[in-house]
Amino acid sequence: MGIAIKMPALSPTMEEGTLAKWLVKEGDDVRSGDILAEIETDKATMEFEAVDEGKIGKIVIAEGTEGVKVGTVIAEMAGEGGEEAAPAPKAAASAKAETAPEAPKKPVAVKATVADPSLPEGTEYVKTTVREALRDAMAEEMRSDERVFVIGEEVAEYQGAYKVTQGLLDEFGAKRVIDTPITEYGFAGIGTGAAMGGLRPIVEFMTFNFAMQAIDHIINSAAKTNYMSGGQMRCPIVFRGPNGAASRVGAQHSQNYAPWYAAVPGLIVIAPYDAADAKGLLKAAIRSQDPVVFLENELLYGRSFDVPKVDDYVLPIGKARIMRSGSDVTLVSYSIGVGLALEAAETLAAEGIDAEVIDLRTLRPLDTATVLESLKKTNRLVVVEEGWPTCSIASEIAAVVMEQGFDDLDAPVLRVTNEDVPLPYAANLEKAALIDAARVVAAAKKVCYK
Amino acid sequence: MAKPTTPRPSRATAKAAAPAAGADHNRPRPETPTDYKASKEELLEFYRQMVLIRRFEEKAGQLYGLGLIGGFCHLYIGQEAVAVGIQSALKPGKDSVITGYRDHGHMLAYGIDPNVIMAELTGREAGISRGKGGSMHMFSVEHKFFGGHGIVGAQVSLGAGLGFAHKYNGDGGVCVAYFGDGAANQGQVYESFNMAELWKLPIIFVIENNQYAMGTSVNRSSAEDQLYRRGESFRIPGIQVNGMDVLAVRGATEEALKWVQGGNGPILLEMKTYRYRGHSMSDPAKYRSREEVQAMRDKSDPIEGVKAYLAAQGVGEDELKKIDQDIRKIVSEAADFAETSPEPDMAELYTDVLVEQY
Repeated sequence: MGIAIKMPALSPTMEEGTLAKWLVKEGDDVRSGDILAEIETDKATMEFEAVDEGKIGKIVIAEGTEGVKVGTVIAEMAGEGGEEAAPAPKAAASAKAETAPEAPKKPVAVKATVADPSLPEGTEYVKTTVREALRDAMAEEMRSDERVFVIGEEVAEYQGAYKVTQGLLDEFGAKRVIDTPITEYGFAGIGTGAAMGGLRPIVEFMTFNFAMQAIDHIINSAAKTNYMSGGQMRCPIVFRGPNGAASRVGAQHSQNYAPWYAAVPGLIVIAPYDAADAKGLLKAAIRSQDPVVFLENELLYGRSFDVPKVDDYVLPIGKARIMRSGSDVTLVSYSIGVGLALEAAETLAAEGIDAEVIDLRTLRPLDTATVLESLKKTNRLVVVEEGWPTCSIASEIAAVVMEQGFDDLDAPVLRVTNEDVPLPYAANLEKAALIDAARVVAAAKKVCYK
Repeated sequence: MAKPTTPRPSRATAKAAAPAAGADHNRPRPETPTDYKASKEELLEFYRQMVLIRRFEEKAGQLYGLGLIGGFCHLYIGQEAVAVGIQSALKPGKDSVITGYRDHGHMLAYGIDPNVIMAELTGREAGISRGKGGSMHMFSVEHKFFGGHGIVGAQVSLGAGLGFAHKYNGDGGVCVAYFGDGAANQGQVYESFNMAELWKLPIIFVIENNQYAMGTSVNRSSAEDQLYRRGESFRIPGIQVNGMDVLAVRGATEEALKWVQGGNGPILLEMKTYRYRGHSMSDPAKYRSREEVQAMRDKSDPIEGVKAYLAAQGVGEDELKKIDQDIRKIVSEAADFAETSPEPDMAELYTDVLVEQY
């Protein structure tokens, strides 16, 4: 039984090559691993080894031949009696002949139009700081699910660098509230591996600036594994911590990573503004079977908001919230920007402009439907983002609105973002670099042509 | 167990790290391992698995040459004794395993169906990752095989996480995290060593030292080239093992398991091995001489080694020929299966991005 020896593909991109030299001749006995020929590819001269044992029958392509296409028969080999021949390259041939695949049709999003849970009449509200709301969310989920644990720097004995994990060590013990060395890449990997192994880790980064050391595990290990495994391997993990500019800590400690993570398929990205959302969304994040990046804001930790006093307050992921209803202009924001947008709306109201304020809350998947609905009503839109302008969430909203809401626009979408510079330390420069309500007011007036 | 084999002299020397000068000499250390005493049946099974890996990989190389396998494809030829020796000591369904991108051999040694592995290499719907992972990204949660990871060194931290989960759940399982001499220079490896020892995680770190990180030899990349010592500053004991000898590998694994299961925390095994082929299919391997490779094949081939053990037990070529033929058939069928299975449905493009709908 003869075996056809074919021009091999020796690199991911090779289509043809030069048969530089034959190292065997007709009639030679070869063993698996013997070098048959030297082949020049676009990258290197490669040695081509025999896979099967046998005798070289006929050399079909002479040495020195250039432009030999991959798959061309270059020699024939007489196989050992009774052994199976190499499979004919039928699929290779058919792959070549294949017509260009049709552009796959994206499935229609079967998105559940979930609303926030309706609260019973007379629900009591408790003034709670964002810090406490986050802690309460973790504590409640840890009480109800043994698999949930918190890991990070200073989360246990120190009670949290920003006191978000205060009291958790006392209640849950050192097995479930774990101090790590300063080693973000390592503990993000350990958390991700533990999630793959069936646990529900909450990985706290002291700030997201330090998560840059760990971003490989967040993206390459956590976000992609479910897809790469054909849906076999889950990675239910929450990466959380403060994100964005704090106060006077300079460029390396002041950056908004929301657009970075929101760009990655396979991740859920949440950035709440108030305490109720912080609680309800963190609980949802911990319960999610998908990896979640949960972006908090240090400047909001100490602010108090009303949180409904109900047993199990869980909010839907992927749903924006209309914070203030209005008819003249839509202000879209998230995280600390929502507060500035609300402040701006008050000023605008005094000047006769009725602004609607939307808190995106989840940045991936983005609730574009709520934004587009609002635009239909106001026909004007400003995005408010405490972050850099280039490739920002604001840019994404502007693109979505242009593509899907163009006919509803009476003015160009404007972006109110930080200045496009590393954040300076000097008080006056820092103030100038960051967004404020006055800039939001100015932008809103501009799109209203007032 | 049937009668033990007589180990071949001098092949299977294991070296346990001597404590460095000034180190705490009173610290307990693992015993210096001895070669595993395999029965004839066990030896035959080792032989069968190692030949399966070799023939499978040769076939994969062939299919790559035919354009049926794309991208990167890293073959395990030459290193078979490592995966086979270690996996044979583990408890399937209890212990977990994780490795890098040179992963076909570990999967075969763990009993995963060659058909679905080969179909993944050809990017078909029947592949173990539905054709969406490829050679470097394969997983079997059912077998507690956690990949198949493409980023050099990532599997070490992830493996420490799997060890963490074993300890957290108190399930008695041990994680084996395989990585290469190249990955041994990544920073996260040492971050993980630190936490694994600090928290006494049940994990065996296995360095498959095949001498070359792509084209860079250990000597050119490693200030401490005796890689079994790399855990010492974290108090992780290390053992250097002849990774070309399946009985030495199995013997060292038994010792490592004893250490880890005894609650002593992690241990490091350096498997001295060799890959016959290039780093990946597109590697011309000009950084080493043909003679070096040939000498390894002639003198240290792990399959020839098992053959010698079997010969000492009276098993001749004829009996092995039968196994060889069975393997050729299995591999040939896997190749046929991988070639004839359809490509994934276009709808698969959008599945498995997220688990839930939002």
